[in-house]
Amino acid sequence: MSDLTDLLIKLIPIFPLLAVISNGLLGSRYSHDVAHRLAWGSVGLSFLCTIGVFADILRTGVSREVVAYRWIFGGDLTINLAYLVDPLTCVMLLVVTGVGFLIHVYSVGYMHGETGFTRFFTYMNLFMVSMLLLVMGNNYVVLFIGWEGVGLCSYLLIGYYYEKVSAAKAASKAFVVNRIGDAGFLLAIFLVFINFKTFDYAKVFAQVSQLSPEMATAIALCLLVGAVGKSAQLPLYTWLPDAMEGPTPVSALIHAATMVTAGGYMIVRNHVIFDQSPTAMGVVGLIGGCTALFAATIGLVQTDIKRVLAYSTVSQLGYMFLGCGIGAYTAAIFHLMTHAFFKALLFLSAGSVIHALFGEQDIRNMGGLRKKIPWTYRLFLIGTVAIAGIPPLAGFWSKDEIMAHAFTHHQYLLYGMAAIGALLTSFYMFRLTYLTFYGSSRMDHHTEEHVHESPMVMLGPLMALGFLSLVGGLILGFPPEHGWLHSFLAPVAGVASEHEPAAGLVFLLMGTATAIALIGWGLAHFLYGASDETANRWAEKFSGVYTTLLNKYYVDELYDFLFVEPLKRWGALLDWFDRTVVDGLVRGVGQLADWGSTGSTWIEKHVIYAGLNVIGYGNHLAARQGRRMQSGMVHHYAAVIVAGLFLLALVVQLVIQM
Amino acid sequence: MVPLSAYVAVSAVLFMTGLLGVLIRRNFIIVLMAVEIMLNAANINLVAFSHHLESMAGQLVALFIIAIAAGEAAVGLAIIIVVFRGKISTNVDEMNLLKW
Repeated sequence: MSDLTDLLIKLIPIFPLLAVISNGLLGSRYSHDVAHRLAWGSVGLSFLCTIGVFADILRTGVSREVVAYRWIFGGDLTINLAYLVDPLTCVMLLVVTGVGFLIHVYSVGYMHGETGFTRFFTYMNLFMVSMLLLVMGNNYVVLFIGWEGVGLCSYLLIGYYYEKVSAAKAASKAFVVNRIGDAGFLLAIFLVFINFKTFDYAKVFAQVSQLSPEMATAIALCLLVGAVGKSAQLPLYTWLPDAMEGPTPVSALIHAATMVTAGGYMIVRNHVIFDQSPTAMGVVGLIGGCTALFAATIGLVQTDIKRVLAYSTVSQLGYMFLGCGIGAYTAAIFHLMTHAFFKALLFLSAGSVIHALFGEQDIRNMGGLRKKIPWTYRLFLIGTVAIAGIPPLAGFWSKDEIMAHAFTHHQYLLYGMAAIGALLTSFYMFRLTYLTFYGSSRMDHHTEEHVHESPMVMLGPLMALGFLSLVGGLILGFPPEHGWLHSFLAPVAGVASEHEPAAGLVFLLMGTATAIALIGWGLAHFLYGASDETANRWAEKFSGVYTTLLNKYYVDELYDFLFVEPLKRWGALLDWFDRTVVDGLVRGVGQLADWGSTGSTWIEKHVIYAGLNVIGYGNHLAARQGRRMQSGMVHHYAAVIVAGLFLLALVVQLVIQM
Repeated sequence: MVPLSAYVAVSAVLFMTGLLGVLIRRNFIIVLMAVEIMLNAANINLVAFSHHLESMAGQLVALFIIAIAAGEAAVGLAIIIVVFRGKISTNVDEMNLLKW
């Protein structure tokens, strides 16, 4: 049984890898049908393997380490391509392969007829491979490979419509901003290696208590920089809204459900290091809280359906960081899971809306779609209620747990941020729902006539995700802090709370959270329920605030002014330096070499060739005389042989006598 | 009892006879016969030392040489016939094509 499990673990990342190789190299030789079957089929097989592994871990409760390939070994350094499968990895694997599978199936319908269909699925599968390495690795090197791999795939898929300038720019932006985070992450890995002389989690975590507090803080903060870049937290969040240039399934898979949660996963995985440093924990919590609030305010006024969801993702990731920062690791992972469900659902439903409207993404041009695409509407509504935190749907349980944990651990500032964030979340999500599905239609005539419900291949995955968003929270995390997920993750993430809060307080907090969500809904209903006239009046009244929010606090402009433009000018200066000074030197050297070679050509022709000719002619003359020795007469040759023989005999005789 | 030196002397005289024959005579057939004489000089030498050293190896080699000499004579005569057909001559001096 254990051998079988080890085999299954090794197989998980191999299926998508095979699909990548096949689709990437031979994809143009077979039809789109074969390509997409390979793509989602391979992820489905990985999902089945994951279930097998999960069943075994659940039964035995033992973490597994499997060495797939001995990679680098020399001296006392060993780096293996090795997998660690513990409950935390199991949860991540289930999310990545499960949600990944559903999104792959959905993509078949969504991407139908697009150019580069096979390329899309190749990148998606490559992403799956990288993400699986990221969550399965048992050392920092494998984690880093996966980390960079998902970054690469994110870049490739944001820039999927590479003819579009905005998509290409968004891809570059995501790549560059992520590099800033990755630099911090690399520093953290180097610091870990300097201190522990190993990359393996198990060995590092066993020795963590020997770290000096300063070093622990340094490592934790460097790790945090990496996590902030990947998970789009303040101040590196700007790439994620722009990443919506990619196809919607990409936004759902990479920029909502899996890749952006890698930062949260990484912090939970390294929580032993973070536990050593209260400073770093405080910074994590603060960044999470600020991001949760900040992104939610921007989300209030955005008009692009996917951008609202993108800011919502940034905000929800902030909740995960907040959870990590107050030590509620299980709650953070719980929120990661439920968020994967409902945010994938929301993105895919949004994709379904966009699909129905032939690519329209601006909610100002939607409205009244409830009757036209009823199934998409229902599923979107489930997602909205789930993210808004209305019980008993998924988002309530995880968000409430983080907030309750903050309150019971006296982090009132963070609790306040999270509470206001929750209010805003509920508001902007219901605003989005009202503007998209209710009211009168603001579509142009042609589009309105052709609105159509999405095909079953898209609705099927949506329904699965909708089901998970409905009941996922109850199954995984009920009752709060003692749910199934908590006992499953207890060996890895530790027990969340040492002291039990009073039951009354728990219910009070739950009631508050529900009330906050309902107030947000009510506010959205008041402003946008019937028409958006009230909202427009308010927008005029607070036009300063409104414009600031609409322009995303001008953060992009600020970054442009502070970093991008100076760097561009510096680049232009370097370019000038390169063209005039460096190239001048190079050209000078080239000119010298040219003159030198002209001179040496003359010498070669007139000196060396002459010498060679003299030697050759001399040889020729000598050979002309020498060849007369070869007469062709056999007895001449025989005479020479005999003479040589006698000479030899004479020499031998003389040598013997001496 | 004939001393070993006598055999060696006879062998040497025969060998020199054959050698001179090869170098001086112009008739191909006589050159071939001179080569046979040299081989037989070698045979006498081998058998004499075989007897002297009381080892059969020398006599065995002599037998091999006789066999090879027969083969060599056959091949040599065949070549002579081929050449004769082309040149109508058995004079060695006219066979001077093995040169530059």
